[in-house]
Amino acid sequence: MSTVPLQAVSPVAGDDPVAADIQGRSPLRLALARLRRDRVALASAATILLLVIVAVAAPLIAHLVGHDPTTQYRDTGLTPAGLPIGPNRHFWFGTDNLGRDVLIRVIYGTRVSLLVGVVSTLLAVALGVIIGVTAGYFQGATDTILARFMDVVLSFPFLLFAIALVSVAGPSITVSVFVIAFFSFAAVGRIVRGQTLSIREREYVEAARSLGASDLRIMAVDVLPNLIAPVIVYTTLLIPTAIVFEATLSFLGMGVVPPTPTWGNMLSDSLQYYQVAWWFILFPGLALLITTLAFNLLGDGVRDALDPATERLFAEK
Amino acid sequence: MRLLEVKELSVTFPTADGVVRAVRGVSFGVDAGQTLGIVGESGSGKSVAAMTLLGLSRGGTVSGSALFAGEDLLRMTEHELRTVRGARVAMVFQDPLSSLHPLYKIGWQITEGIRAHTDLSRHAAQQRTVELLGMVGIPQPGRRIDDYPHQFSGGMRQRVMIAMALALSPQIVIADEPTTALDTTVQAQILDLLHRLQRELGMALIIITHDLGVIAQTADDVLVMYAGRVAETAPRRDLFYRSHHPYTLGLLASVPSAVGTGRLQPIPGQPPSPIALPPGCPFHPRCDYRMNRCATEEPALIPVSDGSGHQSACWLPTGALGTTPAAHAARQFSAHRHGPVTA
Amino acid sequence: MTTDVLLRADDVVKDFAVRRHGPRVRAVDGVSITVHHGETVGLVGETGCGKSTLARCLTRLYELTSGTVAFAGRDISRLSRHQLAPVRRDMQMIFQDPYGSLNPRRRVGSIIGDPFAIHGVADGHDRQRRVQDLMKLVGLNPEHYNRYPAEFSGGQRQRIGVARAIALQPKLIVCDEPVSALDVSIQAQVINLLADLQDDLGLAYLFISHDLSVVRHVSDRVAVMYLGQIVETAPARQLYQQPRHPYTAALLSAAPVADPDRADQRQPILLTGDVPSPADPPAGCRFHPRCPKAQQRCTVEAPALVAREPGDDTHLTACHFPLDSVDELVPR
Repeated sequence: MSTVPLQAVSPVAGDDPVAADIQGRSPLRLALARLRRDRVALASAATILLLVIVAVAAPLIAHLVGHDPTTQYRDTGLTPAGLPIGPNRHFWFGTDNLGRDVLIRVIYGTRVSLLVGVVSTLLAVALGVIIGVTAGYFQGATDTILARFMDVVLSFPFLLFAIALVSVAGPSITVSVFVIAFFSFAAVGRIVRGQTLSIREREYVEAARSLGASDLRIMAVDVLPNLIAPVIVYTTLLIPTAIVFEATLSFLGMGVVPPTPTWGNMLSDSLQYYQVAWWFILFPGLALLITTLAFNLLGDGVRDALDPATERLFAEK
Repeated sequence: MRLLEVKELSVTFPTADGVVRAVRGVSFGVDAGQTLGIVGESGSGKSVAAMTLLGLSRGGTVSGSALFAGEDLLRMTEHELRTVRGARVAMVFQDPLSSLHPLYKIGWQITEGIRAHTDLSRHAAQQRTVELLGMVGIPQPGRRIDDYPHQFSGGMRQRVMIAMALALSPQIVIADEPTTALDTTVQAQILDLLHRLQRELGMALIIITHDLGVIAQTADDVLVMYAGRVAETAPRRDLFYRSHHPYTLGLLASVPSAVGTGRLQPIPGQPPSPIALPPGCPFHPRCDYRMNRCATEEPALIPVSDGSGHQSACWLPTGALGTTPAAHAARQFSAHRHGPVTA
Repeated sequence: MTTDVLLRADDVVKDFAVRRHGPRVRAVDGVSITVHHGETVGLVGETGCGKSTLARCLTRLYELTSGTVAFAGRDISRLSRHQLAPVRRDMQMIFQDPYGSLNPRRRVGSIIGDPFAIHGVADGHDRQRRVQDLMKLVGLNPEHYNRYPAEFSGGQRQRIGVARAIALQPKLIVCDEPVSALDVSIQAQVINLLADLQDDLGLAYLFISHDLSVVRHVSDRVAVMYLGQIVETAPARQLYQQPRHPYTAALLSAAPVADPDRADQRQPILLTGDVPSPADPPAGCRFHPRCPKAQQRCTVEAPALVAREPGDDTHLTACHFPLDSVDELVPR
């Protein structure tokens, strides 16, 4: 016969330790656990990690391979007729029209894409959150002005304006980052504003006001933490958009200055040679595709992990 | 043979955190013209049990039997159940706002239901609908069949739900928390309506609620559920005045309208999670009278008084009924003698 | 019970605009109510009666459209947020929804410690200690300081809300349906907790609920609201035994009672129609369309809330033809 340790039945609230054990995890830890179960998301995260490692280790890889991204290897890298050479044991991804190593250039392109993609996204999100929360929380005139401003930004034909801005400021990484951030923040801002509008009607915000909390405190302590989930999701989904945006800018010659390689300008250069050098167009394109796909799938996984509403009721057998 | 006889109904759900045993071996029955009240708090399994009868609980593993006029509802195919649902066993839900389709006129919703189960022409079905709306007390029914759910108040919507439930003259109506979402005065109207309709139409009524006051007012027989099982079942007055199970006693001692002016004696602790039920009797951690065997053996439902159908799932002596000093003493004595459990 | 008036509201009116520049809905129409030190005043009514709105007006979560609210003798009706800060220490609120009134992303210790942080009363270890003392006081395990609200049951979350409300030892707590969302057995625990805290800390409560039996159990005095106005107010026992307003009588007869004999004996007074919306209140006495005793006068002249029995100041009724006995309304 087993002896069951009885819970002390206190005269006030009892606490069921068994049930408590089951639930003893914070919302973030629960989300991480859910994410760990999502194989697709894990694969995407691994891919991104690999990309980051490759980007960081780019100089090392270049050193190991013996080629650097801007040197034109006319003797070994071009045919006698001056056309690019396909993949061989010296140039795993072949060479481009100037005899440069496509592999090394794609790897260096990763640095630009990730850097611009991530930094511009972070900037856009920071701006969007600040403006969105301010608009959603204070409502009234503030909201009208800020919301209209965001609507205006969203309705710009962004490519045309990007081109115009770059023409004025001159192409560079910094300009790319700012241009992309400027055209991305409004989408985040609108979502954040919507969330803020609904959060500020919640009873715990009312409770905070009844305690005498200031607006700033309520925004920082009560509103922002509840925005973390949608903001994380949106950030992860915004990065691939930013990367493609950057590639578009470089494709048009508006982005990073050559000879620095980016996937965008490589694709642009490769167009003329697609009939004779399939590798030149394939590898940068593939790199862009894989990166974008990985971030998108990770973003989906993160969204599913953070949003319990999409969780299926019953476990899979 | 009773109109509906449920035996050993069990429903379990697999979830990411474990197996949820929502209903564990519940048996009850109801006859025509009779009202059965099923009372329990959240997690008691009362709603799941009712929904399972009509095949409305998805993903659960169901066992046991539910004989309705001789046929087992739990063994029916979806096709067969569809002929039963609405026509012979109807359900009224708690929140009429989410149970009525917001984009279709309520008249249409009712007539479609009628025509799905009968051969009536549209005109005849409409006439029947107007008749039903009048029966449930909706003023100017002829005009209101063209209204949408949002044009009705909460009480009126619940009346519409009841009209829909009665459209095909079912033999049993199951009402799941029919008045919980309504205001007090409207609640009284709806309960009165259900009572009148039952008298006129003679159907069996199963009312599921957490409100003991509603039970006291409307039920002929009562079933008290706790942690997926029946804790006690008895005719109405026996349940309130000659309660046996400590959970029932505890509930009655914590309801202000039953207690009057004295201090409330709440049941300490809270109901167990259906994933992690305590061994033995699921109520024992909260019970004032627990004995040694309560922690290891789950009590079966046994009669505690002759002939009246009063049964209780408890190891306390069967004679200890109600709140008389004698009964209280008998319980205390029993608990003292056979417990408490040592850790 | 002392006779010091702690909270006095006079002729409070609150309008809402349904749409910007649209028609205004008068949710609270000229309500006067007082709460004394240490007493519990129950406020009971159905949906749309304005009790929750009134609660928020009294605690200045809403701006008053007109009327005054005085707390501890001081007029707080027009004070700025900054000036209200000291008042907020003495007047707190407990909310209905145990799942919505706590921020799901914050730890419980931080939530309960909010009052200390906001008013700069304590921080660091001192704050933690005080929070844990509060948790013990309301029956929570102080070791759960770092848990999130999702890890607690409904009843426990309500206790967290109570702990937060009593942190700065207020004089008055406005409880807006504090137990309505809880299971029956848990309701009783929280009701007892509130009663014990009242005894220990000398609190006054304004207890708002639609549940008549709960209100009767906890209150010293009760006020009944209908469509934005108070229709009757009296000491609890008197109200329940001798209601004078037909609406009160109907409400009492409709409330379910967990006692079969009393339920059988009770004569139900069924009102016709539904609870009307405050957007379009009836003329004269607002209750007249549903009142079994309504007469011509009721359709044009709104009755004042006054004592109907000479000499009995505590029992006020707003009715032209107050009941002498409930039997007057029972249908023959």
